[in-house]
Amino acid sequence: MTNRKNAFSINRRQSLAFMGAAGLAAIIPGFGRGGAANAQTDPTGQVIVGFSQEPTVFNPHLPHIEVDEGVYYAVFDPLIDVDPDGNFFPLLAVEVPTQANGGISEDGKTWTVKLRDDVTWHDGTPFTAEDVKFTLELLVNPDFRSWRRNGHELITEINVISDTEISWTMERSFAPYASILATTFIVPRHAFEGVDPNSAPFNNSPIGTGPFKWQNRVAGDHIELVANPDYFGDGPYLERLVLKYIPDLTVLYTQFRSGDVDAVGVQWITPDHYAEASTLPGRVVDIAGSATFESLTFNLQRPQFQDRAVREALYYAIDKQSIIDALYYGVPKPTETYMPREYAYFNPDLPQHEFSIERANEILDEAGWERGDDGIRAKDGVRLSFTNSTTAGNHLREQAQQFLQQTFAEVGAEMTISNLPPAVMWGDYWMMSEFDTVIVGLNCFAGPDPDTSDYFRSTSSPATGGSGQNTWVYNNPEVDELLVEGASLMAQEERLPIYRRIQEIMREDLPFLPIFQYAVVRGKKEGLEGYAANINNRIDTWDVRSWKWS
Amino acid sequence: MLRYLLSRFWQSLILLVLVSLIGFFVLNLAPGGPLSQYALTPGMTKEALDRLAEQMGLNRPLIVQYLDWFGRLLRGDWGNSFRDGRPVLDVIAGHLFATLLLMGASTLLSVAIGGWIGIRSALKEGSPFDYGATIFAMVALSIPTFWFGLVAIYVFSLQLGWFPAGNMYTIGDGSLGDYAIHLVMPAVVLALVNVAVWSRYMRSATLDVLGQDFVRTAKAKGLPPRRVLMKHIVGNAMVPMITLAGLQLPTLLSGALVTETVFTWPGMGRLFLDSLGYNDYPVVMGLLMFSAILVIVCNLLADIFVALVDPRIRLD
Repeated sequence: MTNRKNAFSINRRQSLAFMGAAGLAAIIPGFGRGGAANAQTDPTGQVIVGFSQEPTVFNPHLPHIEVDEGVYYAVFDPLIDVDPDGNFFPLLAVEVPTQANGGISEDGKTWTVKLRDDVTWHDGTPFTAEDVKFTLELLVNPDFRSWRRNGHELITEINVISDTEISWTMERSFAPYASILATTFIVPRHAFEGVDPNSAPFNNSPIGTGPFKWQNRVAGDHIELVANPDYFGDGPYLERLVLKYIPDLTVLYTQFRSGDVDAVGVQWITPDHYAEASTLPGRVVDIAGSATFESLTFNLQRPQFQDRAVREALYYAIDKQSIIDALYYGVPKPTETYMPREYAYFNPDLPQHEFSIERANEILDEAGWERGDDGIRAKDGVRLSFTNSTTAGNHLREQAQQFLQQTFAEVGAEMTISNLPPAVMWGDYWMMSEFDTVIVGLNCFAGPDPDTSDYFRSTSSPATGGSGQNTWVYNNPEVDELLVEGASLMAQEERLPIYRRIQEIMREDLPFLPIFQYAVVRGKKEGLEGYAANINNRIDTWDVRSWKWS
Repeated sequence: MLRYLLSRFWQSLILLVLVSLIGFFVLNLAPGGPLSQYALTPGMTKEALDRLAEQMGLNRPLIVQYLDWFGRLLRGDWGNSFRDGRPVLDVIAGHLFATLLLMGASTLLSVAIGGWIGIRSALKEGSPFDYGATIFAMVALSIPTFWFGLVAIYVFSLQLGWFPAGNMYTIGDGSLGDYAIHLVMPAVVLALVNVAVWSRYMRSATLDVLGQDFVRTAKAKGLPPRRVLMKHIVGNAMVPMITLAGLQLPTLLSGALVTETVFTWPGMGRLFLDSLGYNDYPVVMGLLMFSAILVIVCNLLADIFVALVDPRIRLD
């Protein structure tokens, strides 16, 4: 790990340490980030990003969690990516394929992508259309533990036209595929020749085309990436990127305060530290929307929830603002829909929720739910009594449950809390709809595409033999049709009314009671440029190629 | 001696098989599994999870999975981590150095300081020093390490800036001095509790010896007090300490979970907790077997050592 450019800093540090004054070392972290001239051709400095989970999966197509993608965006490139406004921009592709530029055929089934001719893999091998073909085939290879086949399964034929042009045909027109492509990192064919892709050496020393090259990993501690001087695009400006694993959120925040980390990544600064963090000198702290929304989710198979009046009354009985202010320090915003407000397809005209015990009681009275001797309502022998579950140990949610329990009791609904450890909670209990109600944070979107077929279509409930994650067992033929239609249309102006209508229907049907859209408190050191929030990507390093010290 | 060793060996082998059986079944019978963490990922389907379970062999009968795992273990294959796919032994080895460094430093500190306090307390039983040491031990044992660690970071890193707020070394530096300065706080925090433990044991062991006839005899025949202390008192008080060390040594390698978390120290304690959190069965089982072997070996070593030191004990 020699580094001539920074030799002076190291010596200074060492001597300080030996002089017994090495505590000072903590005050000059991230050595050698001095602003050298001509940064574009000569990357300088380093950034340490703190994550509260450890990235361990480096093949982007094996099963992984959010934090692993922090490595992918630095080491690999997809064909296209998405900016914070939801617009696609080309990376390995020359341009974003659309129907207007002929990249997508009139019937929406054939995609043709022109590739850059100036890209090489980190090991010097030229990048070609064969790599793209290999990646798309790997994703559906039956012997490979593929992370996700959604969309890729629709491809029936792939043609390599030349080294820099590829086309494929899909079973049907499928607009969400553009978003899927934006998270499909292209991997090098030559790294998998003659080896089992599940255990290829590549999986622990990835070779990409991205702005940073794999340097080394200290398991349980950090991953070190260095600038790729041959990167085809603008950047990188940093000489080194360190992804540091800090397993506790309080400690993560402390190291941000002390300056040991330059930027706080997933899972960011906890809301209770927000006020203090905003006052720290030399730090920039902001709140960014997240695509995850918190809801009280019903199992619509349960008789008490089949009556819409019950769902509506319970919605009135949720004191959203108190939950947000008291438990989440006012950081997240209340919402009426599953769609993040930052998305182009967000419907701003939905009816606004109101907290009214009185109205909730009226609705239940009118619907014929009568209070029994114990104060709990019942109708036709069905008691308005149910369990509510969430991840045990999630203190904020556990407190939110107590809020709900109280206000629900005031409208004659009995909610019993029955929490489960995460592995149990999100196993069959969730997937097979074995719950009554659940408090869950869901992100229904893979990228900026508004399609939610895997969640809302009646054929997507595992409990009824379907494939997907419609754990509400929600069934509305109109939504089914709209989802099919919306996924087949390519033009945003045609899709917009469809997805706004779906949000209207969901707000009307209330298979889940939306509470708030999550927001995260991000922090970085003053002088670090880049690290822009992007709701369309799950991880903070999406724009790492343009990070630099001013 | 050889017969003794052989019989211990067979006992240990049976013990290891039992540990592996119980560990494996308890781990696998707990609901959930390594794939449940992916359930809430956008676009995840039950179908995809089922396919992955099939590909990873997780849907085979448990006994088949166990025999498969144990068979491989006998051939020296500890399996591969579900998380990063590396061989389990490599994963463990990767965390061993961090743990050895931290635990080694803190154990040296605690044995030396704890031993000294213990002996001194016993010699001056009932003195202010003895009372002070007792109070210190009670306080040190009652303070949660997590809290103490955070307070230490707050005072010595954030306020005074004397020591770094965690980590094993500065990334990009990693010189000896850099390691040393990072080691101070976690080692001291961890040692605090152990000093208390060792000082109590050492005190009571020394008190036991002080009342023995041979100490009085040694004093009576006019041996210099220093010689009585070192040879007769401390020498004999050390015997039970060897057994204690045999019990403590395995924890030296299994790491200190809380301290490692607070000071972001990439040791075995963190590895165990993370592997458990992600249901990384091969690594959890590997760690379990690794610590079981350590416990057995260390206890055996302690027994042999005690027999060597104390001629009254014979291994048969």
